[in-house]
Amino acid sequence: MADIEFLDTSSEPRGDTLYHPVTVGYETKVATQGVSVRYGEKVALKDVTMDIPSRAVTACIGPSGCGKSTFLRAINRMNDTIDNAQVSGSVLIDGEEVNDRSVDPVVLRARVGMVFQKPNPFPKTIYENVAYGPKIHGLAGDRDQLDGIVETSLKKAGLWDEVADRLTHPGTSLSGGQQQRLVIARAIAVNPEVILMDEPCSALDPIATARIEELIDELRENYTLIIVTHSMAQAARVSQMTAFFHLGALVEYGPTEEIFTNPRDQRTQDYITGRFG
Amino acid sequence: MSKATSIRDAVSARLPRRHRAERRFQAYGLAAIVMAVIFLAFLVGSIIIQSVPAFTAHRLTLPVMLTEDLVDPRGDRSEASLRRGSYNSAMQAALREQFPGIESRTELRELFGLYSAINSARLLSQVVEDPDLVGQTIEFEFPISDDADLYLKGQTVDERREAGRAPITLTVDGETVTLRGDEPVFAVFSDRLRQAMTQRAEADEAEAARLIATLDRIIDRDEREVTDAQIERAQRRAERLRLQLADASGLQLGPRDPSLLVRAGETVIAIRSISSDGQTAQGEILLPAGLGPRRVSDWVLWEIETPAATRLITDRQIVFTRTLRDRGLVRNGFNTLLFVNADSREPELAGVRGAFVGSILTMVVTMLLAVPIGVGAAIYLEEFAPKNPVTAFIEVNINNLAAVPSIVFGLLGLAVYINIFGLPRSTPLVGGMVLAIMTLPTVIISSRAALKAVPPSIREAALGVGASKTQAVFHHVLPLALPGMLTGSIIGLAQALGETAPLLMIGMVAFVADPPFFGLSGFTEPATVMPVQIFIWSTSAERAFEARTAAAILVLLTLMIVFNAVAIYLRRRYERRW
Repeated sequence: MADIEFLDTSSEPRGDTLYHPVTVGYETKVATQGVSVRYGEKVALKDVTMDIPSRAVTACIGPSGCGKSTFLRAINRMNDTIDNAQVSGSVLIDGEEVNDRSVDPVVLRARVGMVFQKPNPFPKTIYENVAYGPKIHGLAGDRDQLDGIVETSLKKAGLWDEVADRLTHPGTSLSGGQQQRLVIARAIAVNPEVILMDEPCSALDPIATARIEELIDELRENYTLIIVTHSMAQAARVSQMTAFFHLGALVEYGPTEEIFTNPRDQRTQDYITGRFG
Repeated sequence: MSKATSIRDAVSARLPRRHRAERRFQAYGLAAIVMAVIFLAFLVGSIIIQSVPAFTAHRLTLPVMLTEDLVDPRGDRSEASLRRGSYNSAMQAALREQFPGIESRTELRELFGLYSAINSARLLSQVVEDPDLVGQTIEFEFPISDDADLYLKGQTVDERREAGRAPITLTVDGETVTLRGDEPVFAVFSDRLRQAMTQRAEADEAEAARLIATLDRIIDRDEREVTDAQIERAQRRAERLRLQLADASGLQLGPRDPSLLVRAGETVIAIRSISSDGQTAQGEILLPAGLGPRRVSDWVLWEIETPAATRLITDRQIVFTRTLRDRGLVRNGFNTLLFVNADSREPELAGVRGAFVGSILTMVVTMLLAVPIGVGAAIYLEEFAPKNPVTAFIEVNINNLAAVPSIVFGLLGLAVYINIFGLPRSTPLVGGMVLAIMTLPTVIISSRAALKAVPPSIREAALGVGASKTQAVFHHVLPLALPGMLTGSIIGLAQALGETAPLLMIGMVAFVADPPFFGLSGFTEPATVMPVQIFIWSTSAERAFEARTAAAILVLLTLMIVFNAVAIYLRRRYERRW
């Protein structure tokens, strides 16, 4: 969307958030405006306004319980599945309001894929895991087309070479890292525009983590990625933009380099230097 | 350093106690398991032992002559005529053939008491099927009466037989026979009997004395009357025994004493009195077989220790039964009737087939109603229902329904299904509907538990790729929950299979002599079910039903085990890991 320019954060600070100026020319993919989420009485996220660039990786960091996962789930309306969750504010994807009544969450979630903290393949075959999304959305006309989608998705997720000869094996028989890549392939298979990753590497060993990070870097070319991570180093390695959340508020947001080398808020500085969190 | 040592000391000081506590706990657990296994083994073992006699039965095979004037009164071989025939007379004639000397009405009544007249119905249907049999003699096999069967199994009567010690001379004088031995051949028996009678008299006197001693402590008038009656009875018994013992002329035998029979060849004589020297006895002929005044050296002294007053089979019937068996006409074999017949008032003809078919038909109705409704309700409540006071109220009530006594469901069925809807009573349809309501809470609760056990990550995964709520549930959650739901449903059905109380309320306790049709119309015919059949038999007076009750319990247990085995198999087969 050419007409949506990336938020110029240099001019005026809004609310309590500190925005760093962005020098690279990005297009805005996702824009949130004063998003708050409450679980019953408890406020999990308050007044988050941020623009998320297209074809880049945006990392959300912050201590446990700071609302970064809640923020992620606000983008594809996964909070709808929680009974007492109340979402206010607006989330725009390509300028289109996702919280609008007319938007079916099913369509939204086809456009915004999600990868969870713990690998959660379906207890079905590898093939069925990847083919499930395209099947329910009717993306493949026939079997050959479906086979093609499965193959490209697995290739994009860097898993094809490892599983090409055992597509009928159960997805749960793979190792943790492979399962997480399978889940990514499953998300890619419906060809989403945005991929949300909620701590995708927290259950993996360093080698598997490195593979996923590599994959994230490759996926950046075609998708908008938003990842939640507890690893400062990972945020620094894979992301172009970083948002620091604390106690449900977005404290500081800007290019990763800026946040890590020149944090303006004391809390951000304390967190990234490891003084708390 | 010192701190580390002190921690070590502190831990080691408590260690023996911790180990002891652990061992103690394990011992409790082991003891509990051992107890449970012993109880179970005892229960199953006693049922099996009790049921053994029910699985065999003695059958009598007689050549029955189907004379035309008996079985075909009109003589045209038409079904109407054949149905008016007197088949029982044919069977009676066949039996009389075996015992030519038996003429008097009482004797004949005892003879015909060896089988049930219902058996003639089978003879009738055999003839109706093949009218050419009229005029022929056929070998007809039928079960002997339950009392004779139990006697032959040695269940109800204690007896002993010994060869006569010395030759005896028989003198017949009208009805009575005098037996005179060369030696006191009856002395052993009369001495033993006298001894037993003395003991019994002493016991009765002691009992009376004990009761008299308690009299002044009893204030309640009713209780006093009861005790007075008991004292009187004991005293009367003792008095009678003393009188019998004091009789100088010899020992008179009555129905309260053991029976003594003398058997010479096929002739059997029942001894009524024994002279005091034990050499002479007087008796009555039970089974005449060409008896004249003669001397026999090969004879048997046959003592039936169980007095005639305390058994249902008479001396004469015992003689008939044994004679028939000695002639090879009574044979023991597997009791197929137990499995092919429906209920009957005659234990030897009673079977479990009617109840078995009734149980299956009832379970079909229960399954078709309870499983889809229960699973559907569980899916809606667990996956779709909003969390609000209304659903919370429904949930609480479902949980409470599981604890409602089952007889209440029977009352509900009676009031609603039979009185309001006007459905036919005593039928598998209504029974199944009642049991379905009873089973619903179990199915719902277990299905919900199975749904809850599916990790939420599977739902999130499905929703994450854009599946709708329904798709997520039906494509991913349900297949994973199905084995659990299946297990719960089968356990619920097994519970329903063993239920008696609610079915009593809707009239399934009725006596049903024809097994229900194993098909669609069977659902609306009166029927009974296995547990109710067990209940009916267990309250029947006939001794033979005791073993049949145990046998029916075994059949029900087998059915249950099959049910549960299917549940385990299905769970193993469809269980998936994640």
